[in-house]
Amino acid sequence: MAKRSPLKLITNRLLAAIPSLAGVVVVAFVLTRELPGDTAAYFAGPAATQEAIAQISEQLGLDKSRWIQFWIYANNLFHGDLGRSLTTGQPVLTDLIEKLPASLELTGLGLLFAISIAIPLGIVAALHPNSWIDRLARSVTTAGVSLPTFFTGLLLQYVLYYKLGWAPPPVGRLDLFTTPPTHITGFYSIDSLLELNISTFVDAIAHLLLPAFTLGIFALAPLARVTRASMLGILSSDFIRTARANGLPRHTIVFSYAFRNALLPIVTTLGVVFSFLLGANVLVEKVFAWEGIGSYAVEALETSDYAPIQGFVLTMATLYVLLNLAIDVLYGIIDPRVEVDA
Amino acid sequence: MKRRDLLKGGAAVVAGAALAGTAQSTRSAPMLVAQANSDNTLRVVRGGGFPNGLDLHAVGTNRPAYGSAWNLYDRLMTFGTKTLDDGSESYDFTVLEPELAESWEIAEDGLSATFKLRQDATFHDGTPVTANDVKWSFDRAVSVGGFPTFQMKAGALESPEQFSVVDDYTFRVDFLRQDKLTMIDMAVPIPVIINSELVKQHVTEDDPWGTEWVNANDAGGGAYQLDTFKPGERLVLKRFEEWKSGPLPQIEQIIVLDVPEAGTRRALLERGDVDINFDVAEKDTKELRDIGDFTVISTPIENAMHTIDLNSTAELGGEPNPFFDVKVRQAVAYAIPYEAIMSTAMFGQGVPMFGGPSFEPETIDWPQPYPYATDMEKAKATLAESSYPDGFATTLAFNLGTQEWAEPMCVLIQEALAELGIQVTLEKVPGANFRAVLVEKNRPMIINNFGGWLNYPDYFFFYSYHGQNATFNGSSYQNPELDELVDAALQTGPGDPAYDEYVKSFLKIAFEEMPRVPMVQPSLSVAMQPNISGYQYWFHRQLDYRQLVKG
Repeated sequence: MAKRSPLKLITNRLLAAIPSLAGVVVVAFVLTRELPGDTAAYFAGPAATQEAIAQISEQLGLDKSRWIQFWIYANNLFHGDLGRSLTTGQPVLTDLIEKLPASLELTGLGLLFAISIAIPLGIVAALHPNSWIDRLARSVTTAGVSLPTFFTGLLLQYVLYYKLGWAPPPVGRLDLFTTPPTHITGFYSIDSLLELNISTFVDAIAHLLLPAFTLGIFALAPLARVTRASMLGILSSDFIRTARANGLPRHTIVFSYAFRNALLPIVTTLGVVFSFLLGANVLVEKVFAWEGIGSYAVEALETSDYAPIQGFVLTMATLYVLLNLAIDVLYGIIDPRVEVDA
Repeated sequence: MKRRDLLKGGAAVVAGAALAGTAQSTRSAPMLVAQANSDNTLRVVRGGGFPNGLDLHAVGTNRPAYGSAWNLYDRLMTFGTKTLDDGSESYDFTVLEPELAESWEIAEDGLSATFKLRQDATFHDGTPVTANDVKWSFDRAVSVGGFPTFQMKAGALESPEQFSVVDDYTFRVDFLRQDKLTMIDMAVPIPVIINSELVKQHVTEDDPWGTEWVNANDAGGGAYQLDTFKPGERLVLKRFEEWKSGPLPQIEQIIVLDVPEAGTRRALLERGDVDINFDVAEKDTKELRDIGDFTVISTPIENAMHTIDLNSTAELGGEPNPFFDVKVRQAVAYAIPYEAIMSTAMFGQGVPMFGGPSFEPETIDWPQPYPYATDMEKAKATLAESSYPDGFATTLAFNLGTQEWAEPMCVLIQEALAELGIQVTLEKVPGANFRAVLVEKNRPMIINNFGGWLNYPDYFFFYSYHGQNATFNGSSYQNPELDELVDAALQTGPGDPAYDEYVKSFLKIAFEEMPRVPMVQPSLSVAMQPNISGYQYWFHRQLDYRQLVKG
């Protein structure tokens, strides 16, 4: 079998993604139009008459046929114009550039936190199945996944901010009086470091910790369970038994042989959990007044504001494509035997 | 490849925005840090949403944006101040005071008003304010369409021909007719005075009034100027030192943060991290008042009521509609568990709108309690006289956006009506769709919370009872006799004995016919740190930072 170069894989994948993204554009367009609710009636204001609503409908182009509306939308999209959000009054692209990094930063740190706890926990649990530590791991992860994130968030906020005053006020990504760093990547922690602004960096991290922790708790369970199951499977396989029989050091067996082989399902789960968290962290965003993409989309949905919803769906679809691609590339690195078709 | 171009394009946009941002923020950034929680900075969180734009003439500008515009822009006139019974301050809609206009005169025939503008007033960019700006702004309000044009029309301000520039500092408004709402309609948030020369540099063919630009930028001359506006995040205003249209406000900087969770807003206030928590829900109002560490002020919202609107059309969706029968509507009004709603849904906040003394209105006070109280026996007897003695099945729709009070209210109503044999299914409508429900008018029962800006009962009735069937006539009520009385009342005004007669007569019809069942006049509540004073209630239900004092 001829080995494909990763570059070719990436190119083929990106090409293959174009039809799916086009499909997403169409589906998002149709779905937003099919949602109940009357955008014009909503935005015409509190005391609007039928004429006022008709006028707004005309201004927004909603009186045109679906086909023409779609043509205008697709044409604008092709020119990089995602439309304008009625809720924020800004172009959707500007909003997304502002808010997507906020969500990615939060989700990324949340996941990092989840990994750093769940994987060691899973490994230890697999090494000592049915021991007290295994049972502890199970109860911690079950608790984490069964508590709703907004509840964990409010609880942590209540204890750490309201009662103890250790956490900063939950007013978003930075303190009231901290000026945001210049927008380079949009990640405040990275941008502030690039500007060598340590106090802003510390502030950004301080504001990140609690919401990221809240998200991370939720992500613990799937990661720890997959790590445990995958490790258990590998640890009972022949090559590990051989390694043991040959007297290899324990850490070499566990990390170099067992863990590396157990990594594939973990990475797969990681991808799923990441994309799931990115979409599902809206509750955490609300609780911590985080200006992320989740609460942005929900607000748009609440007001039947089409352009941001479509922009959100398209962004998420693009992210999924890239994420899956990254995971497939990672597969190749983790296990050179893996052959992923483009 | 395509994606990369898109990102590149995005990066260019960001770079542009960042450049524009730095030009503005270099001036303010050092000040921001230096002033951290000093007496000169006011930190505000609020319920009821966050401004979604700065131009209140733009399509879709929400209610909180009236508040920012109120402080960023001047109007020709403002209202006076009065002290309410509980000692708190409120605007006084019977008194008009100068703002940008130093003085004004009503013509002898009562058909025009001539305004003399302050000659020393400037916009935030230093341009002097002239009558040309005023005319352009008024023209814009009546021409741009949507809510602003509608609101201007409420005061018989309909066409640009009504507005003329006499000289640089004199502006005249010609009236279409004598109408008591015309003058006060010029002091509501809509007719703001905009820096026309500045905006004209940013108009496009599609956008002749520059709403896109004004929506994100400061084109005002009000007491506060824009420092930072990030929708969904924060709004920072700073005092305009050259403001001439009133006494210079005490507070130099205002920071309004968007904190969507009510619990978080409350925690921020209790921890002392914000100075004001505005538009507080009923439950938090009660509890914050019980804590006792904060100044909590609740003001009944003028000209507003929470009501159940009973659709009074003969048929709904081709089926006979039980609420067409006035006896059914009265039976419902006797069955509503008013007291339980007050305590459970409203946490005792607000003014009861039930238990009025008589079916003959004694005063023209508005809102006033309707002569109904919970009386199950009477409800059953009244229903027995109707065409539906054994009850029927129906639905009650409410706005999920007002879930906090509306849901417990609806559940209580559901339980009570079940006793009459009326089986109610609750329909929970998401906020965005509720407007559509109001427009469609095809639900038998809805919870309505309409309130009018201009504080006259005839104004309220014009939108909620009149046969013109405006969006807020949730019962689609039609009664030519009532329409005549409302129209006649609109033509006259308080002080005229005929006016009192008209108002009492249409109130009496409303009492007897009950197309809507009022339950409570809601309150607008604010909780503040004890060192904040000067709060004033305004009909637009937004904060006026100009009167606030810290320390």
